Amino acid sequence: MISLNEFLILAAMLFGLGIAGIIINRKNIIILLMSLELLLLAVNTNFIAFSYFLKNEVGQVFVFFVLTVAAAEAAIGLAIMVVMYRRQGTIEIERLDTLKG
Amino acid sequence: MPIFSLASPELALLILSGLILLIDVFTPQRLRFLTYLLVQATLVVAFLLAIAQYRHHAELLVTFNGHYVVDKLAILLKLFIYVMSFASFAYAREYIEERKIASSEYYILGLFCVMGMSVMASAYSLLTIYLGLELLSLPLYALVASHKDSQQATEAAMKYFVMGALASGMLLYGISILYGLTGSIQIPEIARLIHAAPTATVSLALIFILAALLFKFGAVPFHMWVPDVYQGAPTSVTLFIASAPKIAAFGITMRILVQALPELHVAWEQILTVIAFLSMFFGNLLAIVQTNIKRMLAYSSIAHIGYSLLGIIAGPSSHDGYSAALFYITTYVLVAAGAFGIVALLSRTGIEADQLEDYRGLNARNPWLAFMLLLLMFSMAGVPPTVGFFAKLGLLVSLVEAHRVWLAVAALVFALIGAYYYLRVVMLMYFEEPTEANASKPVTLSWDMQLAVTVNGVAVLALGVLPSALIDLCRIVI
Repeated sequence: MISLNEFLILAAMLFGLGIAGIIINRKNIIILLMSLELLLLAVNTNFIAFSYFLKNEVGQVFVFFVLTVAAAEAAIGLAIMVVMYRRQGTIEIERLDTLKG
Repeated sequence: MPIFSLASPELALLILSGLILLIDVFTPQRLRFLTYLLVQATLVVAFLLAIAQYRHHAELLVTFNGHYVVDKLAILLKLFIYVMSFASFAYAREYIEERKIASSEYYILGLFCVMGMSVMASAYSLLTIYLGLELLSLPLYALVASHKDSQQATEAAMKYFVMGALASGMLLYGISILYGLTGSIQIPEIARLIHAAPTATVSLALIFILAALLFKFGAVPFHMWVPDVYQGAPTSVTLFIASAPKIAAFGITMRILVQALPELHVAWEQILTVIAFLSMFFGNLLAIVQTNIKRMLAYSSIAHIGYSLLGIIAGPSSHDGYSAALFYITTYVLVAAGAFGIVALLSRTGIEADQLEDYRGLNARNPWLAFMLLLLMFSMAGVPPTVGFFAKLGLLVSLVEAHRVWLAVAALVFALIGAYYYLRVVMLMYFEEPTEANASKPVTLSWDMQLAVTVNGVAVLALGVLPSALIDLCRIVI
């Protein structure tokens, strides 16, 4: 039987990977969007695990809302990326450097 | 059965913005200004509905299975949000027409942001807080990117999106831990059950949630996006980001920290003390070296967020800490809207008046506009008799009452440093000659923009001379 702690450790690892992906990745915006998605999935794992072990459905309902919002968020992110590609012809993160001071 | 009438401002916003979307599709191009009028009318309707609620509901009412609350705080925050959004759309009209930014989408996206802020003000569970926050953020990302021809705007939008999404991820992680500890996501339930939970885990949740809130506010360790987004976004959008969302963020901070986690007030007071100090320090110091006025105002907004956090820090151990913070943030938002509004009005087709140089000798080009900007700058610096003085005074009084004299002294010192760069703008306007490129061009405004600036500037002065009505209002609600 898997205990709650193992689920929580898995979720924390996923969350850490997501944050690391955002900080370390210097190349590509698509990978950035994937890392953001990973953050939300880690949170979902947390909610489902708590919901199962507390015998309480609130967490599962919350997950549905998070999934829906995550889809909308990905859509906005991709749309901004398309605008950027049209304008600059590239989606490299290193090119995001005109604003400084 | 939920009581729908309690949510009447949000329902009106939802129904009317859906209708406006439809009407906009069937309107010919030359009648597109109709969308603008309808959006402003929607805000007026929502405002009137909220006023009616303020009259009828004196006590706290909870509905939608405990996810939605109507109390004086929620209603007052909504009123402020509607007024500030109305002003930001009014300032934006000429700016976006000149830049050929798709205008009807602009206002409709803005209206969705207003709906999100409204939900945030009335949220009484962590789910509604999250949904309101996302409903505010997602259209804002699109608004920042709405000037598609500008490389700076798309870059700012991308940065804002990544930072904002990271912040919501952290908020959700904190929420999931709180849910795991208490088995509930409703604010009063959490407040009731939290003391039984282990302290270390609760602190972990608190840290994640605080980080997300401070991201949204733009306070110091999480401020990286603020200057870039303020500078890169179209000025009308900067004006919008700098105004109403700050009030909504104050609302959810009050709900989470003060109403859900009052048990932990020692912990969050300590964290916020460090953050407020750093925000005032870095915000004021980095603003001095800026040559771009939008970037300068961005750093100044970081400093002002630091000041308003002081009120929340003093809150648990003084009478008026929270109300002083609310008063500070509302009046700051009013002043910031005016300042960015003037930047937007001075910008003409193809020219952004965003360098400090552009303000040289403004008095010779348009004395009235220069005088209004002078009032706004005085208020940001905290010079009497403008409203900024009373806002800072209220904060300092409650800090002293809470026995945090050293923090009050630090705030005062940073305010003096800050006065330097605000007064520099005034000096440039009044004691310098215009640059040669600008000298021959007087600034002319259309009558409605003239009216908007005048109302804004006079409000700053009038609230400074007679602040007691607004202070009392802030005191009643908290």
